[in-house]
Amino acid sequence: MLKFNIHILSIVTWLPVLGGIIIIALFKKDKATLIKRFATVWLGLDFVASLYLWFRYDSGLGGMQFLEDHQWIPVIGARYQMGADGVSVLLILLTTLLGVIAALSSWEYIQKREKEYYALLLFLQAAVLGVFSSMDMFLFYLFFEVSLVPMYFLVGIWGGENRLYAAIKFFLYTLVGSVVMLLGILKMYFLTQDPDVYSKITPATINLLAGNPAAAAIVNNTVTAAAHGGTFNIIYLQAMGSVLPMDVVQVLLFFAFALGFAIKVPMFPFHTWLPDAHVEAPTAGSVILAGILLKLGTYGFYRFNIPMFPAASIDEKYFGSFGVRSVMIFLAIISIIYGALAAMYFVVKKDGDVKKLVAYSSVSSMGVVMLGLFALNPNGLNGAVMQMINHGIYSAALFLLVGIIYERRHTRNVAEFGGLSHVMPGYAAVFLAMVMTAIGLPLLAVFISEFLALRGAFEANPFWAGWGTLGIILNAGYFLWLYQRMFFGTVDNPKNQKLSDLNWREWVYMTPLLILSLWIGCYPKVFMNYISKPVNAVVKQVRPAYPIPGMTTPSLPIDSRTTGQPLSPGQLPQGFTIQPH
Amino acid sequence: MTLLLQANTFSLFSVNDLRLIAPELILTMCGCIALVMEVILPYKKSKWTAYFALTGIALAAFSLVMLWSGNRDSLPLSGFYGMVRIDGFALLFKFIFLVAAALAIGIATRFLDIEGEQHGEYYALVLFATVGMMFLGSGYDLILLYISLELMALTFYVLVAFTKREKRSNEAAMKYFLLGAFSSGILLYGMSLLYGIAGSTNVGEIGQSVAAIVGSVKTAEAGDAIKGLRPMLLLGMIALAAGLFFKISAVPFHMWAPDAYEGAPTSVTAFLSTGSKAASFALYARIFISALGDMRADWAPLLGLVAAITIFVGNWGAVTQENSKRLLAYSSISNAGYLLLGLVAGNLYGYVGIFIYLLVYTLMNMGAFGIVISLRRRGIIGDNVDDMAGLAHKAPGMAAMMAIFMLSLGGLPLTGGFMGKYYLLLGLWQRGQVEGKASGKTWYYWLAGWAIINIVISFYYYLRFIKVMYLGDRIADDKPLSLSPALRTALAVSVLGIIIIGVYPQPIISFAQDLIRQWMH
Repeated sequence: MLKFNIHILSIVTWLPVLGGIIIIALFKKDKATLIKRFATVWLGLDFVASLYLWFRYDSGLGGMQFLEDHQWIPVIGARYQMGADGVSVLLILLTTLLGVIAALSSWEYIQKREKEYYALLLFLQAAVLGVFSSMDMFLFYLFFEVSLVPMYFLVGIWGGENRLYAAIKFFLYTLVGSVVMLLGILKMYFLTQDPDVYSKITPATINLLAGNPAAAAIVNNTVTAAAHGGTFNIIYLQAMGSVLPMDVVQVLLFFAFALGFAIKVPMFPFHTWLPDAHVEAPTAGSVILAGILLKLGTYGFYRFNIPMFPAASIDEKYFGSFGVRSVMIFLAIISIIYGALAAMYFVVKKDGDVKKLVAYSSVSSMGVVMLGLFALNPNGLNGAVMQMINHGIYSAALFLLVGIIYERRHTRNVAEFGGLSHVMPGYAAVFLAMVMTAIGLPLLAVFISEFLALRGAFEANPFWAGWGTLGIILNAGYFLWLYQRMFFGTVDNPKNQKLSDLNWREWVYMTPLLILSLWIGCYPKVFMNYISKPVNAVVKQVRPAYPIPGMTTPSLPIDSRTTGQPLSPGQLPQGFTIQPH
Repeated sequence: MTLLLQANTFSLFSVNDLRLIAPELILTMCGCIALVMEVILPYKKSKWTAYFALTGIALAAFSLVMLWSGNRDSLPLSGFYGMVRIDGFALLFKFIFLVAAALAIGIATRFLDIEGEQHGEYYALVLFATVGMMFLGSGYDLILLYISLELMALTFYVLVAFTKREKRSNEAAMKYFLLGAFSSGILLYGMSLLYGIAGSTNVGEIGQSVAAIVGSVKTAEAGDAIKGLRPMLLLGMIALAAGLFFKISAVPFHMWAPDAYEGAPTSVTAFLSTGSKAASFALYARIFISALGDMRADWAPLLGLVAAITIFVGNWGAVTQENSKRLLAYSSISNAGYLLLGLVAGNLYGYVGIFIYLLVYTLMNMGAFGIVISLRRRGIIGDNVDDMAGLAHKAPGMAAMMAIFMLSLGGLPLTGGFMGKYYLLLGLWQRGQVEGKASGKTWYYWLAGWAIINIVISFYYYLRFIKVMYLGDRIADDKPLSLSPALRTALAVSVLGIIIIGVYPQPIISFAQDLIRQWMH
């Protein structure tokens, strides 16, 4: 069982790859039914495996858990290190769940080249899971960039009419961000070899960021093994960032990473690839894109930008009257309001595309995440992380719902619909529930996260919260308007007369999302438990003086920086072993 | 043998020195035998020559390994009065040449069958070209280097014109010959200047003279006579650089490449773009590092600028190409730019980067051209990008391989291309830090940034192959691909190499790093 604890993240990550290879190698092209069943079951298996993380993550202990550490490419200091904190655990669970749902939703929608489709879906799943569970930045970058390829194919092969354009735009646009980030990674790597920098790193910082002794021990061992030849360990890099002086280097590094992630989020003005990709992508592609891939961006901010460059993250005066944080907040607020207005435009527009509307609402919603993150206090960050999860739930659900109606009518034009609640009562009810979630009705998931994020923003600066709230009001406006236009009134369009309601398969994949929305809305504490400790550590890292009730910095008995020796296995808590170097 | 022993007593050269050129000797002998085989064997069995040549390459590789393992700790070895020098640099480059030659033969057999030009001379010529390359790796004397370069170039002129009934092939050979001869002239001019200054053709001795001149300029008391040599030295350096820019098809001397690559028989194009480029690069690196090493401050900015422009021009040229061979020619121009970054970096990372990148580049380019060859059938040329339409339906395995080659050329993580580019950038960045601290120069960072942004442009055209293969529903034609066991093997080896270097590069990098570290000291 303990062995399992060490390898679980690898199992969850690589299981889909194995499934993809099985599909490619063993299944015949024309056995579509078999392939789709197999893929769904396999993704279900992965979800079950990831449930282990849910049950075994010790939220009392906090920090990075399920650690795995192997030698990989010592010449450049890259190691195969896996680890997940509470935030990663929730995101991994969201990913595996949406993976099953995406596969289920494709059964009817995908009518050509099924074999390639499900294999790519599995590969995409693996790449994203790898991003969330890497504890080594080189490994992270590998997964981060490789995830582009399956998505390129998903949009490019099974997409709509303009799919070629959308696919290449998606690929190149996000690639720009990640190659710039690669330069930042190079610089960070060389900084870990610079004695002027690493000699300032205190064990307390590493302990704070690692969160528990086992994770801190892995960091120490990595650094000892690398012998200052450079390392990519994420916790060590985070600790190193906090000793960097607040100068042009740190600001450039911040923006190098921020560009990569902001394009993924996407933040205004880097959002233009998103509506194209969404409109053209097949339903499952949209589900994964909105539900998971966008989270890579915000997760990047949470995991890298903020803890790694704390001085830049909180800076408000570097450029004179404004600073790095002001830029991020400004862009977040613009994203919130611009996204909402653009979405509203697609309700009013004559041939408004529902999918485009949901895509722009994502821009707005991810803006709330960014606002919460850069509020830089526990409420803001908690809200932001919860909003990531919640957005994953409701936007995925909305894309699924749009996909369901598209399968029946082959159009997504708002003007084509009306009075659907008479024809498809079940569908209308589910849609209503999700729209209510999206606009943040109390007792539903998004209320909790938006409330927390805005409360955090309010603590930081009431005006920020004010602008954010304006966006949320607009949000409610266009979603209700959309609902009214699609579902109320009379069935004017004869084509809508005989639409069938949700079938069993659609109910199966909508139900968990409905339950989750209600669960998080009514009793978020279960989820908050997972994230509060890691989030507090990040806040503490950025603002050491910020009072966080009940938080103690975990301490480690000894430290390799003072002794020069790696920790021996006897000094580790039970159940953790250290790989030989 | 007695003759050789006698020669030894006259101390023309030591018999022991022959060990140093054993791989080359084996290749030369096999080449000569291949020529004879061509005369003896009937046309239908010409392919045997190919297998014989492959055996020869395997033997040469074996003797290379023996040479390495026997002298692991005593490198560098020097022989023939310092004309040949076996060091880590030479061994690594020779390894690349042998890989390139083996793959070139592997993908050629099928191609020549289709063309109806299955002659044994082809394989003999490939072997002779390889001998030239091998000497470019280990040559340590300007005369030897020049002769090897010409040996390689001359065989390539013939190879480019090998499909003699085709106009395009002849035209390409003519262009390549004229420009190649011209560039050789410039190169020779630079070499003669160096010889005039140093009074020696030995690379090491030239290096010492150059160091003395560069050092004297800094000290005040040195005589005017020695200071006056500096402008000449600069002229020599520029002439050498220009000649070599031709050979590696760097801007502004790149114009011949697309025409020659397009017109040449595809299997020759593949060898030309990998082996010939790697060998020219070996010559380049040898002269600039060992002979002109002390003039770094002079040539690094020049090479950096040329690299930046080359990357960009190559990429933009490729964006609009419809012909896949032309497209790959432009891509190889931009790749030459990336390789120059390793020289500009001039440190351990940079040199390892050059080796890894050249090796991976050889694999992926051979692979890509191999796929182009498999599309060629009698009557169908198959070298337009569009001819690959629907390859994913027709031959999923081939399409997947082509996709991997293209992603690797672009530099996607988990492929060898990424590791190569990563190392080159690592080297450049480190050099930037060193120079930044020493003299406040920041252009190395800008160059790194420029190189990395250009990766995005390159993905645009590499993805075009993937687009036509996978994204459309149209199939160009439903005729089966023309494959042969040798071609299949060559492709499989390339793909495996790329993936292994991409996923677990540790063994090969640490191997190269040890050799290069030894060489640098």
